Amino acid sequence: MINKKSLSHLDWLESEAIYILREVAGQCSNPVLLFSGGKDSLCILRLAEKAFRPGKFPFPLMHIDTGHNYKEVIDFRDQRAAELGERLIVRSVEDSIKRGTVVLKTPDEPRNKHQSVTLLEAIEEFGFDCCIGGARRDEEKARAKERIMSFRDEFGQWDPKNQRPELWNLYNARTHKGENIRAFPISNWTEMDVWQYIEREKLELPSIYFAHQRDIVMRGGAIFPVNVPLSNGETINNPKAGEDVINMQVRFRTVGDITCTAPVISDADDVSKIVLETATTTITERGATRLDDQTSDASMEQRKKEGYF
Amino acid sequence: MTTQHNAMNQNDSLLRFMTCGSVDDGKSTLIGRLLFDTKTILADTLTQITNTSKKRGMEAVDLSLLTDGLQAEREQGITIDVAYRYFSTGTRKYIIADAPGHEQYTRNMVTAASTANLAIILIDARKGVLTQTRRHSYLAHLVGIPHIVVAVNKMDLVNFDQAVYDKICADYLAFATEIGLHRAGHDISFIPMSALTGDMIVDRGDAMPWYTGPTMLETLEAAPPAHSEHLEPFRFPVQFVCRPHASDNPELHDFRGFMGRIESGEIAVGDAVTVLPNGYQSKVKAIQIGEEQLQSATTEQSVTLLLEDEIDTSRGDMIVKSAEAQEPVKQIEAFVCWLSETPMSTARTYVVRHTTRESKAKVGTILYKIDVNTLEEQPSQGLQMNDIARITFKLAQPLMIDSYCVNRATGAFILIDESTNNTVGAGMIV
Repeated sequence: MINKKSLSHLDWLESEAIYILREVAGQCSNPVLLFSGGKDSLCILRLAEKAFRPGKFPFPLMHIDTGHNYKEVIDFRDQRAAELGERLIVRSVEDSIKRGTVVLKTPDEPRNKHQSVTLLEAIEEFGFDCCIGGARRDEEKARAKERIMSFRDEFGQWDPKNQRPELWNLYNARTHKGENIRAFPISNWTEMDVWQYIEREKLELPSIYFAHQRDIVMRGGAIFPVNVPLSNGETINNPKAGEDVINMQVRFRTVGDITCTAPVISDADDVSKIVLETATTTITERGATRLDDQTSDASMEQRKKEGYF
Repeated sequence: MTTQHNAMNQNDSLLRFMTCGSVDDGKSTLIGRLLFDTKTILADTLTQITNTSKKRGMEAVDLSLLTDGLQAEREQGITIDVAYRYFSTGTRKYIIADAPGHEQYTRNMVTAASTANLAIILIDARKGVLTQTRRHSYLAHLVGIPHIVVAVNKMDLVNFDQAVYDKICADYLAFATEIGLHRAGHDISFIPMSALTGDMIVDRGDAMPWYTGPTMLETLEAAPPAHSEHLEPFRFPVQFVCRPHASDNPELHDFRGFMGRIESGEIAVGDAVTVLPNGYQSKVKAIQIGEEQLQSATTEQSVTLLLEDEIDTSRGDMIVKSAEAQEPVKQIEAFVCWLSETPMSTARTYVVRHTTRESKAKVGTILYKIDVNTLEEQPSQGLQMNDIARITFKLAQPLMIDSYCVNRATGAFILIDESTNNTVGAGMIV
């Protein structure tokens, strides 16, 4: 038997992701990279550098801002885009609310699902034929059957029964006008892979991923962050009457809408400690931290059908 | 409950494998068992499936619930699509392609098999080698999976009887020899097990002292990763050309980088290369990943190649070593699995997508169709979903191909229907 060198799992995953990014660039005429400032999309930015440097990225970056994002993450998002010298488009759910295309039931309800509306509006505004995202198959069972190149119709709908078969690495990103592909370069990564990659590539992250002191309350059995300042100077997630506010050392495993992303208690203040903590955790990433996935057994599946990532 | 993944090593290798079988064979239980015993299942997920098991009146936790799929599938009580699952052991990361096993899902099995380097074929010890076993084995063979592991499951229901196991192994080998499954570079191994009780999956258990071979996990840990076993010619389909001539950095104005993934073989700075189909010759000036410089690169690495000479090259061309250049062809013969609900029309033109290259293709002759259950060759006028046939095509553009059984990357293609843009066929070049 010939003993050839084969790639380590991180090198393999990196190479696959670069390949997918280049397929998007090669097959789509007007793609965009969705960039939130979160850890998964920061990995994708590094992968895009490896895929396209010394050239510019063949796509702009875009963030759909719910208006309920952590200030640290928004600042980091802007800083990173500027460092890379790439174009950043921001479209906000607030604007969709003003236009009347997003109607809130209550002023402080989670806005994650409303991102779909703003995203679809932005896709139409710019005529994007492909959105690159950082979703991973290990996150949630509705994602386990997701394609690398996932087809969405004119309404942005994901139909799990009507997806293109995906064989070998022959991805089919063809679309007719108005249709859209969602491309997921890190589909095959787990949370652990992401953290190992961040460690290996020495990627910088928004500070809230690391252990820090924060006001929290216990709400519905979960740790809930309170008195959170927004970029516009307002404060959201005010404690309800009777709730005890505790100042604790916590960090975020995922970073999303403030009203539905819970931190975990942790003293991991650097990446290597987070890798260790990820290796020994007993709770899944979304189970611990995403309050919006817990409404029903199929809530992610439902949101995806409506155009969500 | 304490949980300790051992996945701490940045240099773990990676193995992609698939599982073939129906729910009745205990496929979901096997996957659940692998995830559970390697501590991939975390407490909240376990609580969730424990509650569901209780709700459904079961005494023990039903591990098959771990692979419970979409709402639509739960409603219909079927699996309609390939699911991908992940676990790590501390030396290796695994990607499982979990394909439904029913005959109607031949296309899903072919899809799952296309990226797998090992297939686990489940046999119910009470039932032995069945028609579906033959079908699964043939498809794994057709799609070129080099390592077959026959898992004789539910040994607990036959009193862990060695005689039952031995008979199934003998039956399977007879059939495998008949279809040529046992060819050079391909191997078959057998494991008696019980996914339900966990015997011989991760832990040996003590019910089968007569079996001294490796457990399922040991077999997976020892399987060679893809591309490690043969010397292959260098094949580099160009995906994208980087020309930052408008860059602020004047040094980059002449930069011309050919970006792609090495589908097979190795390349080093200074190697003589040919760009196909035009046949231009040059030498490798530099190899880069991003802005990092490499002296050489190997299979499955995504790199950027810079050549000594200015050559007009674009997406869809293929860079090969000059000594290993293949002749571009405009006619191919292939096994095709039809994937679409709309039957194949011999009157129509399809788009062949091969590596990063596309060409219009006309169906030539359907030589024969294969009955995946009996493996008989039958004459055929057309192709329905899940059919497999040997077909010739005429191409508008030349393709740089290798035979699929020599090179899975340059021997494979998909067929696209331009009116819908759907992927309608999967081809393996003879």
